[in-house]
Amino acid sequence: MTEPVLSFTDRGIYCAAGDFYIDPWRPVDRALITHGHADHARPGHARYLSTSAALPVMKHRLGDIRSEAVEFGETRRIGDASVSFHPAGHLPGSAQIRVEVGGEVWVASGDYKTEPDGFCEPFEPVPCHAFITECTFGLPVFNWAAQKTVANEINAWWAQNAASGRASILGAYSLGKAQRLLHMIDSGIGPILTHGAVEATNVVLRAQGYNLPETVQVTAELDPKDYPGALIVAPPSALGSKWASRFGPSSSAFASGWMRLRGVRRRRAMDRGFVVSDHADWRGLLTAIKETGADRIFTTHGYTEIFARYLSEKGYDATVVPTEFGSMEEETGEEPGAQNG
Amino acid sequence: MKEFAALFTAIDQTTKTTLKTKALAAFFEIASDPDKLWCIALFSGRRPKRAVTTTQLRAWAAEQAGVPLWLLEDSYPIVGDLAETIALILPPASRQSDLSLTHWIEILRGLHDVDEETRKEQIFDAWDQLDPTERFLFNKLITGGFRIGVSQKLMTRALAQATQQDEAVLAHKLMGGWTPETTTYHDLIEADDASADESRPYPFYLAYQLEGDVAELGSHKDWQAEWKWDGIRGQLILRGGSHHLWSRGEELITDRFPEFARAVDFLPDGTVLDGEIVTWDGQQPMGFSTLQPRIGRKIVPKKLLRDAPVIMLVYDLLEHRGQDMRPVPLGDRRKVFETLLTTLPDDAPVRPSPAIRFDDWKMLADVRSQAREEKAEGIMLKRLDAPYKSGRKKGDWWKWKLDPLTIDAVMIYAQQGHGRRATLFTDYTFAVWNGNDLVPFTKAYSGLTDAEFGQITAWVRKNTLQRFGPVRQVRPEHVFEIAFEGIQASPRHKSGIALRFPRMARWRHDKSAQEANTLDDLKVMLDQYG
Repeated sequence: MTEPVLSFTDRGIYCAAGDFYIDPWRPVDRALITHGHADHARPGHARYLSTSAALPVMKHRLGDIRSEAVEFGETRRIGDASVSFHPAGHLPGSAQIRVEVGGEVWVASGDYKTEPDGFCEPFEPVPCHAFITECTFGLPVFNWAAQKTVANEINAWWAQNAASGRASILGAYSLGKAQRLLHMIDSGIGPILTHGAVEATNVVLRAQGYNLPETVQVTAELDPKDYPGALIVAPPSALGSKWASRFGPSSSAFASGWMRLRGVRRRRAMDRGFVVSDHADWRGLLTAIKETGADRIFTTHGYTEIFARYLSEKGYDATVVPTEFGSMEEETGEEPGAQNG
Repeated sequence: MKEFAALFTAIDQTTKTTLKTKALAAFFEIASDPDKLWCIALFSGRRPKRAVTTTQLRAWAAEQAGVPLWLLEDSYPIVGDLAETIALILPPASRQSDLSLTHWIEILRGLHDVDEETRKEQIFDAWDQLDPTERFLFNKLITGGFRIGVSQKLMTRALAQATQQDEAVLAHKLMGGWTPETTTYHDLIEADDASADESRPYPFYLAYQLEGDVAELGSHKDWQAEWKWDGIRGQLILRGGSHHLWSRGEELITDRFPEFARAVDFLPDGTVLDGEIVTWDGQQPMGFSTLQPRIGRKIVPKKLLRDAPVIMLVYDLLEHRGQDMRPVPLGDRRKVFETLLTTLPDDAPVRPSPAIRFDDWKMLADVRSQAREEKAEGIMLKRLDAPYKSGRKKGDWWKWKLDPLTIDAVMIYAQQGHGRRATLFTDYTFAVWNGNDLVPFTKAYSGLTDAEFGQITAWVRKNTLQRFGPVRQVRPEHVFEIAFEGIQASPRHKSGIALRFPRMARWRHDKSAQEANTLDDLKVMLDQYG
C-alpha cells in the first residue's frame, strides 16, 4: 500500500510526501495554516505558510513568526507534494488547502461557509479524491436564512433601539464575524463604536484593502453621550460586563449560528440572538462535499459521528477524525484570541 | 397564530417578569375571545387532547424533511426539545397563512375523528403554511408541556392588568376543572364570581437561612423552635363553607390535595392556617420523595391518594373566626391554634407542628442533629413576640438547616445538558472506589459556575475514552465534593444506594482520583442515616 497523501497524527494533519502539517496543534517545523483563528493558527511553529491575505492577522496575533505567503490558486512544490490554497469563505484570507501527491488530490477544508458574504473571498469547491471537512453545524436542524434577511433583522433592531434612545450592543467574535457584520449592516442608521479587540482587527484588515464602514474605538476618554443611537460591536465576553455598562440603557444581542437553538439563546440571556455563522449550514456542507466529487470524506470538529454516519448511508466512504480544533463557535463563551492573551 | 407567535417571541426574548407580563397583557387586549381563552388554558396547564403520538410526529417530520429518522432522533438531545427539533428540521413553508390560534387547535381536535393518513396530511398541510416560530408552537400544542417561562401566576397577573380585575379573584376564577370546550371567555373571566373574595390568601412570611452562630440571636427564651419539615409550604383557607389551598408560589393547588376538603368539618369558618404539606404514615412524614409525584398532578389517581396521603403540619394561624391574627405575637397565635387542633381526631388532615422544648442553645443544637431521624431538614427559629410579616424579612424567623452530607467522588461519565445548557457538558455521573474499581453511585447536574461548566466541557472534548450515544466516558481524573440531603438503600442501583438532592458542592482540584471516597464510606453513611 502506498502512503496516504495526508494522515492524522497527534500533532495534526500531516503530509509525509512534503513533510509538513496543516493547522497543527503542537509545535512543528513546517505549518500550513488555513486561517488566523487561534485553534488553527497556533504559536510555536518554526515556519508558517498561509495566504498573503491571512498573514497580516496571523502576524498581529502571533507576533514575530517566520512566515511565507502564497496567493490563492498559486501552486507551491513542497517535497513531493504540490500544494495550493483556495478560498474557504470563512473570513478574509481563509483557505482550504489542496495537496496533490502522485496524481492523488486531498483537500483540507479548515473552516468554511458556502454562502458568499460579499466581504471575504467566496468559497470555491475544489475537485478532489478525499475531502477533510469540518462539521461544526453538521445537523439538519442548522440551516441559515439568507444574509440579507438577517441583515434586515439586525438593522431593524438597531434602528428601533436608536429611536427609543437605547444603545445597541452586538456581541461577535473579534476576528471575522465582527467585520462581516460591520460590512453587512446599514451603516447609515447611526454611529458605530467598537471594542479595542474588534478595532485591532479592523485596522489590520482595512490596511489590506478590505472595505469596512467608519468605526470609532471605545476608549476611557470617549463619552458615549456623544454617540446617541450607536451600534457597539464587541467580543461576547464584553457583553454584560462593566465595560458595557458605560453605554447606559441598551439592548444586547449576540450573533452566532448557535442562536438557531432556543436553549442556547436563553442561556446567553441576551435581548436578541441573530443567526449568523461563518460555518457552512447543513445544506452548505452537503453541497460542498458533493461539489468536490470526493468519495472519501473525513469529518473533523463538530457533530463528527452523526455527520459521518449520514454520509456513509449516502454512499460516501466517511471516517471520523479526532482533532483538537475547537471551532470558535463551539465554545460559546470563548473569544478566539483568549487563550493567547 | 401570528399574534400568539409574536407574544411567544416577546416572552422568549426577555427574562424580565415585568416585560413578560406587559406582553401578555397586550395580547389579552387585542386577541379574540376564543384565542384569549386558549392562551389562558395553555398557561394554566390545559391543552388539547393529544391526537398524534410523538412517535408518529417524529416519523412524519423525518419524512417531510427527507432525512432518516435516526438523524432526527440524534438531533433531538442536542436541540433539547422535540417540538423545536421538528420545527427546525422541516423545509421552509411554501405558503403563508393568517389563521388563528383557535383555528389550529380546532384542527388538532378534529384529528381524533379521522384516519391516520388524513391526520398526516393535515399535519403536513399545517407545517407547510406556518413560519418556524408558529410551527414550534403548533408542535408544542401536540407534544404538550407548554413550559415557556410563563407561570400561571404571571399569566393571571397579566390578565388582571388587562381586565382591571383583582389578581386573587381571577386566580380563583381560573381554578377547577374548566376547559375551553366547556366554557367561554365571558363566563370564565368577565362574569361575576361572588365566592372569589373568599379564597384570597395572605402573603407568606419567608425566613432567611441562619448564617452565624445561633447564640447571636440572644436569649433562647425569646425564641420558639420547631422542626423544619421537608414538604411544601401551604396556606389553607376555610371561608364561606368551603376550602382553598395556596402554595408558597401563591398558586391555587386546592384540587391537587383533596384530603383537605374535610378540614371544614373540623374547624370553624374563617380559619386560615400556614403550614407544611407532607405525606404522612400516621406517625411521621414519609419523606419528600413520596410527596413529589403528588405535586405536579392536577388529578390525583386513587392509588396515589392511598399510597401517599397528605396532611398539613400547621405552624401558624393567620385568621381566626374571620379575624386577621397577623399582628398578634407568635406565642399567642400558637396558643390559639394548638387549642383548635390538639383536640382533633387522628384522621383530621391538619395537625399542629409541635414546638420543641429546649433549655439552652446547646441543647437545641443537640436536638437539631437528630433532624434526619425526625424526617426534618433542620430547625425553624421564630421570635415569640413577633407578628406575622409579609415576604422575606430578616430578624424574626430563621431557617437553621442541617449541613448536607458530603462525599468526594470521581467523575466518570459526562453528557450534554438540555435546553439552556445544550452545548455544555453539565450532566455528570460520579463513582467511588470499591477496591480497584470505580462504582457509579449518583448523577449531579448543578452546583458549578458557568465558567466551571465551560472548563469541564473543554476538558471532556479532549478526554473522552468511549462514547455510548450521547454519553461520554471520560478519563477518571476529576474529583468533586458531592453534597446531598439524605441516603437510602436502593436495589435498583449498582452501588445499592440512592441519594437525595445530590449536587456538586465544589470541584476538588486539590485531590487526585485515588483520594476519592470508597463504597464502604457510603455504606457507613447508609447505616447511620438511611
